[in-house]
This record gives sequence, C-alpha cells and structure tokens, in this order.
Amino acid sequence: MARSGALHEPFVRAAREYPEHTAVVEPGEGSVTYRELAGLSDRVRDRLHASGVRSGDRVGIYMRKSIDAVAAIHGILRAGAAYVPVDSGAPPKRNAYILNNCGVKLAVVERRFADRLRAEMEALGALPDFLFVDDVGGGLALGKALDTAGAAAVTSDALVAPQDLAYILYTSGSTGKPKGVMLSHENGASFVDWCSEVFAPRSDDRFSSHAPFHFDLSILDVHVALKHGATLVLIDEDIGKDPVRLAPLIAEQKITCWYSAPSILSLLAQFGNLGAHDYSALRLMLFAGEVFPIKHLRALTTLLPGPRYFNLYGPTETNVCTFYEVLPPIPPERSVPVPIGKVCSHLEGKVLDADGSEVPRGREGELCIAGRGVMQGYWSLLEQTSRAFHNDASGRRWYKTGDIVVEADDGNYTYLGRRDRMVKRRGYRVELGEIETGLYRHAAIKEAAVIAVPDEEAGVKIKAFLSCREVKRPSLIELKRFCSEQLPLYMIPDQFVWCEALPKTSTDKVDYQRLKEMA
Amino acid sequence: MTDDIKAVVKDVILRDFLPGEDPSELTDTTPLITGGVLDSIATLKLVMFIEERYGISLQAHEVDPEHLDTIAQIAQLIRSKKA
Repeated sequence: MARSGALHEPFVRAAREYPEHTAVVEPGEGSVTYRELAGLSDRVRDRLHASGVRSGDRVGIYMRKSIDAVAAIHGILRAGAAYVPVDSGAPPKRNAYILNNCGVKLAVVERRFADRLRAEMEALGALPDFLFVDDVGGGLALGKALDTAGAAAVTSDALVAPQDLAYILYTSGSTGKPKGVMLSHENGASFVDWCSEVFAPRSDDRFSSHAPFHFDLSILDVHVALKHGATLVLIDEDIGKDPVRLAPLIAEQKITCWYSAPSILSLLAQFGNLGAHDYSALRLMLFAGEVFPIKHLRALTTLLPGPRYFNLYGPTETNVCTFYEVLPPIPPERSVPVPIGKVCSHLEGKVLDADGSEVPRGREGELCIAGRGVMQGYWSLLEQTSRAFHNDASGRRWYKTGDIVVEADDGNYTYLGRRDRMVKRRGYRVELGEIETGLYRHAAIKEAAVIAVPDEEAGVKIKAFLSCREVKRPSLIELKRFCSEQLPLYMIPDQFVWCEALPKTSTDKVDYQRLKEMA
Repeated sequence: MTDDIKAVVKDVILRDFLPGEDPSELTDTTPLITGGVLDSIATLKLVMFIEERYGISLQAHEVDPEHLDTIAQIAQLIRSKKA
C-alpha cells in the first residue's frame, strides 16, 4: 500500500476529477456538488488563515451534522489545523471543557449554543475566536456566516507532514473528565487507504453518515466517501435513532454502503419493517463500536440477505484495527457473537499477558496494536499516554487496547471482555468512573458506584448504587434530570439503587464484586 | 377524557421507565425527554404503546421533545388525533 499523504488531499483531488458529482446530501435541506463543497471549504480555509489560525492550531466544531460541518472539517484541515468536533447534544459545560482543554484557537459554533458556550468558556478563563453560524443546514448557513465575517484573502492549502495533528476526538475518561485522542494525518489517511483496499469504493457509491462527527466511525464516512467521488448521505441524529423513520430513508436514499454501531441495526431488524422497502442498492453493511447481539445480527442478515456484512473492531486510538466478514446464514444454534477477525494490513497486532509477554495462540490476553494508524497520545496527558503503550525491546510502541481477546486456529481474534471499567453503549465508550464523578456532584449523594450488567436487548445496562447524605432521597426523576445536565444521554444510568451504605472490601474500598452479585 | 389519558400514560411511564418511583413525583409537566427520563428507545416504546392503545398513528415529526416532553403534551397530542 502506498504511503498516505494529508487526510484532506484525496477530497481535493476528487473535487477536480468529479466536480459535478453530488458530494453530500442532507435530506430535507439540500445537497452540494464536489465543486461547491470544495469552494465552501476554500472559504473556510481562507477565513481561518485571516483569523490567524496556523499549522498545528486546533479549531473546534460545535454544530449539528450538516453540509456546513463537512465543509468546516475540510476547511480546517486545508488550513493546516486539527479539527475538534464536539457532541452538539452534550451539555455545553462538557463541550466548553473540551474546547478549553485542547486550547482551540477558534471554534465554528451553531448560533443556538453561542450564549451558553461563551458563558462556560469565560468561566474557564478561555476566549477563543468564534465563527457563529445561524440556522445550520445545507451549507448555505456557513456561506452566510463567512460573508458576515468579511472578505478574506485567498490562500492555499497548508503543507502538512504525516505526523501533524488532523483531528482530536474526545472520549470518556476514567477520572471524570473526557480525554482527547490525538490523531495525525498519517493515522487518518492510512486507515482511509486501508478502507479503499478492502471495500473498493466507487464514484457511484452512496455512503451513509450515521455516526456523529465526534465519533471515530465518522472518519470512514466523511473521508472514504469523499476520496472516491462518492456521495455522502447525512443521517439526521434524531432519525438515526428511530428505526421507523430510518428504514424508509435508507431505501429512498439508495444507500450502498452503510456503517453504524450495531445498536441501531438491532432496532432496524426489530422495528424497521424492512420487508416493506427496496434495499437492492445496499452492497456493504459495516458495523463497529460494540458487540452485535447474535440473535439480532441473525435476524438482520435473514431480512437483508443481499449485502456483504463486516464486523469492524477498534478503539478510537487506532480506529478500525481488526475486521471480520460475516458469511450468512448464521446457524440458529450459534449463541456467541461473531469474531472481531484479523488485523488490518496497515497495522500489526499481538496478544500480551499481564507481564507483557506474548501469549501463544489459543490463550487469552490483551490485544496490542502497532503501526501507522495508532494515535500519537492523549492531549496534555503524558502519564496516561505512556501508560497506554507497551514498549517492546526494539523500542516500538504498541497501543494496549484494554480488550481481552483470544486467537483461534484460523487466525481470527475473538473479543472476550475488558480489563478495566470501560463499557460500550450504543457504540460509545463509557468509563463507569466518569458517571460516578458526575453523580458525586449531586449535593445529596454521599457514595456512588456504577456497574454494567449484560442485557440481551441493550447489550449492557448501567446500574448505579447510591447512598444518601439526607433522610429524604432525591427522586428518580430528579436524579435523571441531574444526570442529563452533567453527562451525555448515553451515560445516564438505567437503574438507580439506594443503599444505607455501599458494601466495602476489607481495605474499605467499594466492593464491586458484591455489587455485581446484588445486581 | 384527557384525565383518563393522562392517567394511562402516567401509569405506563412509571411501570416501564421509572420502576420504584413515588408516583407523586411524576407530574403532568415533568420534562420526560429533555429531563433524561425517556431515552430514544424508551420514547419509541412509549410511542408504540400509544399507537396501539389509542388506534392512532403519530407522524415522524411528532416524535420529538416538542410534542412528547410532558404527560400534558402527550395527552394533548393523543386527544387531537382522536378528535
């Protein structure tokens, strides 16, 4: 495979080759051609340069998924800066923390978040430049915001080195604060090139964009589709959670390559009435982010036997690092999930025991990954970064995924579980410790301990055990309301259990084993 | 009739999504979606229950916090559909 260049270069090339192809469709809002999208991202680049953004700077994106946001991503990369997308549905306080943490020079922000964000940023003593965008949608809004910002001299794309940062994705952190995974141009582009090799995208493909842009699945959608002159169909985040509305949309939009977390595919199989629509265009079904419950995967492959199915696996730190093609039919007696498969060609993998020694095939251990796709580190967290890697005798860095796997005789890895307290929920990483930290902020809560319990329908359910400082305990409604102000929705516990005091071990630590038995 | 609808909706929310909650805490104006009580899957289940129970069909654009965030709003929507 050829060495990969800048992450945005393939789009710029595609825009020259396919200027009149439709680049991005935003159902209900409109669409843009490659020529138009390139023009809009030119203007973003020029505006950023005029605002003093230089190579190596970070630029935040705080808006809903839209043509405007896609143009912002490419404009930021072409200006030589790294983009930092935040969850527009998360509390503004959390987003302000993220944008301040990595010191964005400028943030492109949807107007409706302007006041809350500015107040939160000021409280942190940070005041980057803002480009506020009214009524985001269709790309027109960003164009107007650029008009309002005034004329900017025409510049050219910054020259970037493979190691330069391209984007930072924040994931749940065990200490209660999100942590920024730093990915370089080489990290992103080597993954994109691997996708080209395995999935052979075509200029007449129509890719779904289901994952939000702060989620690593979006790298495939945005950068692979736009490399090949294909069309990217943006799925509105509300519709993306609703199988009843999503099922007809996938058919109407003639999606050829679908990519999402398994949870929405489970819902589509159960509630999408898939038999009523025409999915003959679909050729690839890719899923990643969590274990796909086998009964729902079986149902889906039975309802939609046409496309090829791939289970992609990998943490944000490496993006996809192993893959497995599922070949239906899945026998009715199979009760265990499908394997995560073999290591992608741009990476290398090995399985280590707790002492850092490689284990033989068939023995379980932690999957470690090296190669061009592996992150540079966590933003301004040197110690956590060094703990995340295993350095071998030759000095090579291996990212320790924290995932316990076993290699079968056919060379495929199977995922067995985690070595720490991270769980996956709707494809998102959730550090149970971050939920606990959120709960501790409630004045009435004396102790909080959170565990995850397996659940056939949802994959896992999150259960919080609490003790109270006061006689009158907060109601369930109050707890959920409080959590919704502290945490993203996917981190709110499903169940709250009150205890007089939490069970403790002999060293006076919370006894999680006992809590699991109580669950 | 609205009071009956409210009672039915309240019962099902308490039973399915707030087990163990003191019923007096759930009022007609408690924010359900924006308050973190109903996530997207819970909202979907509630909509399916309502459609079946009342023999109505909710439009896609009605399944959002603007129409379903409180028991009062839900009852209002059901009543307007049945009228």
